[in-house]
Amino acid sequence: MDIVVLVKQVPNTTDVKLDKNTGNLIREGLESIMNPDDRNALEFALQIKAEYGGTITMVSMGPPQAVDVLSEAMGMGADKGLLLSDMAFAGADTWATSYTLGKAIEKIERFDLIICGRQAIDGDTAQIGPQVADFLDIPQITYVTDIETVSNKEVIVKRRLEDGHERVASQLPALLTILGGANNPRYPNIGGLLAACEENAPLAAWNAADIGVMVNDVGLAGSLTHVIKTYVPKFKRQGETLEGTTAEVVRQLIQHLGKSEGASACKAVAATCRLMADTKQEGI
Amino acid sequence: MTVWVETDLCDGCRRCLKACPYGAIDMKAKKAVVLDHCTSCGACIQVCKNEAMLTDVVPREIPDFTDRQGVWVFAEQRKGQLTRVSLELLGKARSLGEELGQQTAALLVGNGVSGLGETLISHGADKVFLMEHALLDVYRSEPYTIAMETVIRDHRPNILLVGATHIGRDLAPRLAHRLGVGLTADCTELTIDPGEKILLQTRPAFGGNVMATIANRYSRPQMATVRPGVMKAEEFPGHKGELVNIEISLTSEMVRTEVLDSIKEEKRAVELSSAKVIIAGGRGVGNAQGFEVLRELAAVMDGEVAGTRVAVEEGWISSDHQVGQTGVTVRPEIYIACGISGAIQHRAGMMNSRYVVAINNDPRAPIFQVADWGIVGDVTEIVPELIEQLKQGRENVIGL
Ligand SMILES: Cc1cc2nc3c(=O)[nH]c(=O)nc-3n(C[C@H](O)[C@H](O)[C@H](O)COP(=O)(O)OP(=O)(O)OC[C@H]3O[C@@H](n4cnc5c(N)ncnc54)[C@H](O)[C@@H]3O)c2cc1C
Ligand SMILES: Nc1ncnc2c1ncn2[C@@H]1O[C@H](COP(=O)(O)O)[C@@H](O)[C@H]1O
Repeated sequence: MDIVVLVKQVPNTTDVKLDKNTGNLIREGLESIMNPDDRNALEFALQIKAEYGGTITMVSMGPPQAVDVLSEAMGMGADKGLLLSDMAFAGADTWATSYTLGKAIEKIERFDLIICGRQAIDGDTAQIGPQVADFLDIPQITYVTDIETVSNKEVIVKRRLEDGHERVASQLPALLTILGGANNPRYPNIGGLLAACEENAPLAAWNAADIGVMVNDVGLAGSLTHVIKTYVPKFKRQGETLEGTTAEVVRQLIQHLGKSEGASACKAVAATCRLMADTKQEGI
Repeated sequence: MTVWVETDLCDGCRRCLKACPYGAIDMKAKKAVVLDHCTSCGACIQVCKNEAMLTDVVPREIPDFTDRQGVWVFAEQRKGQLTRVSLELLGKARSLGEELGQQTAALLVGNGVSGLGETLISHGADKVFLMEHALLDVYRSEPYTIAMETVIRDHRPNILLVGATHIGRDLAPRLAHRLGVGLTADCTELTIDPGEKILLQTRPAFGGNVMATIANRYSRPQMATVRPGVMKAEEFPGHKGELVNIEISLTSEMVRTEVLDSIKEEKRAVELSSAKVIIAGGRGVGNAQGFEVLRELAAVMDGEVAGTRVAVEEGWISSDHQVGQTGVTVRPEIYIACGISGAIQHRAGMMNSRYVVAINNDPRAPIFQVADWGIVGDVTEIVPELIEQLKQGRENVIGL
């Protein structure tokens, strides 16, 4: 069972800080990590390999430092790493990214399965998997939470839907996208990490010429969608802090809700407001 | 090859050879030659003093798309039931269509689903393209992609909107790739650029820290997915539309996957996205019993309970109740955030709520910045008091 796993290096969006004056993202000191769902993807690949043998090739498109996620993957047990890196790949949308990844995978001699994360936390598009599958003309199963069985011609998986799940069988080769939390990814081991740093480690870097693409078809130049504006979301809220004893603040809250269009449609709120008004009148 | 050497002009200076980032230039008989793995990047053209390097690469132009007409929506159905988001998108498609002077159409794919046509028409579709086939009975990526591709190639729409459900997010990218068009995921706002008349697609990026507006100038249809609950469904009573049958040729060899079974679990997530009142809890709720108190409040207010990722991880509430970037998007009238810090990933899922109430014992919690009314205090005191007062009103006035 030869498996290709797609991994992306992403900024850790939990620590994202914004410049208070410009509203821009402060990239300095932003930690780069392996995209969380991709860890789950690799974990499944490692489990399949443990049972059926074969090789695991990691493929990542990114800047030179993205080699770190490949080393980490090798520390976890992947066999080979392939970094697609070229100035020309920068600024790619999902169309150009899937084209670049697809062209590289075509060059890899054989594979039975391609496994990727459901989505990357920087873009959250969840588009790369299906687009690579279509590029290679192989079937896809997305939102996979469990891999039940793998044989030399078929894979059976569990796929999550909003209101339940499906069991789906697919002919091989196929592409799977794995839901975060589907399994518990192992930690890299030191020996593996050190081996990935050695000079003869099975890590390769390919540029546009190596995968046989024209620079106009990749990166920003080859993209079909373009960002024309970015801004920091503004929340228009009344922002009133209610003060007083617990009973008082709760009473104020109910009265505010009762006076608000839409919110007063909540029966309990409307009823309580009426009760409050009545008791007040009685009191006078 | 799209870069070549005009041999007469080449003086063999080797500048191009040094400039080529790909080692794709060689010297033969003191003249430069371009090798097969040239990527047409143009570095050699810039350094050549004699203008001996030529290329037929032309700068990309925006094609003329005036013949692309119509704002379309993928009308997703499961077991003969339309998803709510399809109707939400039709309302949006209709207003975009009016702005462009173009018709609205719904694409209904399945088997024995023609009865849904009327609902789509009353929610704004001028046309319903119906694609029925035994192989389209249960959703699968391949046959649905083929069906959608067929009708799009023949009828050439301008815009196609797809609900960002698990099915929509499986289908849209495969279809976009098949058609060679751009796709923007999870848009929260769609407008028409008044000058260019293109679709402006706004979506959160970097976990909701930044909003990005994206345009798709080079391909049609302009495709976007939109999460359930972001747009509002509208009804157009008396609206007339037409049902158009589309023949789809499919054979079982074209379909390489099979759905073995489909197991339904509680469909609470769907209810959340249409709930009018949501009581959401986070780490500050403290424990599972704390969530029982939130459930009591929800019952009094006829609402639903939801949670942050922390609450889900703690096991206080199931994962289909998670609100946020990786959970559900909600837009209730009232959102009461109890013991929630207001992390950006959480806010991404609740910012469309009409009124937000925050209860938190830390006055610096970011949730207060996005709340209409904030109460600085302990949830274990405030929430029971709220239940108590609302119960009194409810019992007294409605007599429940
Ligand atoms: C890629 C990614 C995706 C994510 N997606 C989501 C998502 O979809 N949804 C989501 O919710 N999160 C998501 N998160 C996690 C998110 O970043 C936050 O960690 C999470 O929302 C915090 O949950 P919380 O507010 O419950 O907990 P905390 O941040 O720990 O906040 C608890 C709050 O409760 C208050 N508190 C404590 N005790 C009390 C008390 N007795 N009374 C009143 N207040 C009290 C505290 O002051 C604090 O403000 C995501 C993170 C990442 C990296
Ligand atoms: N640049 C990339 N290099 C390798 N894999 C990628 C890249 N971008 C996305 N992927 C894969 O595609 C998945 C979905 O990413 P996205 O569509 O960007 O949300 C990720 O979890 C990765 O497995």
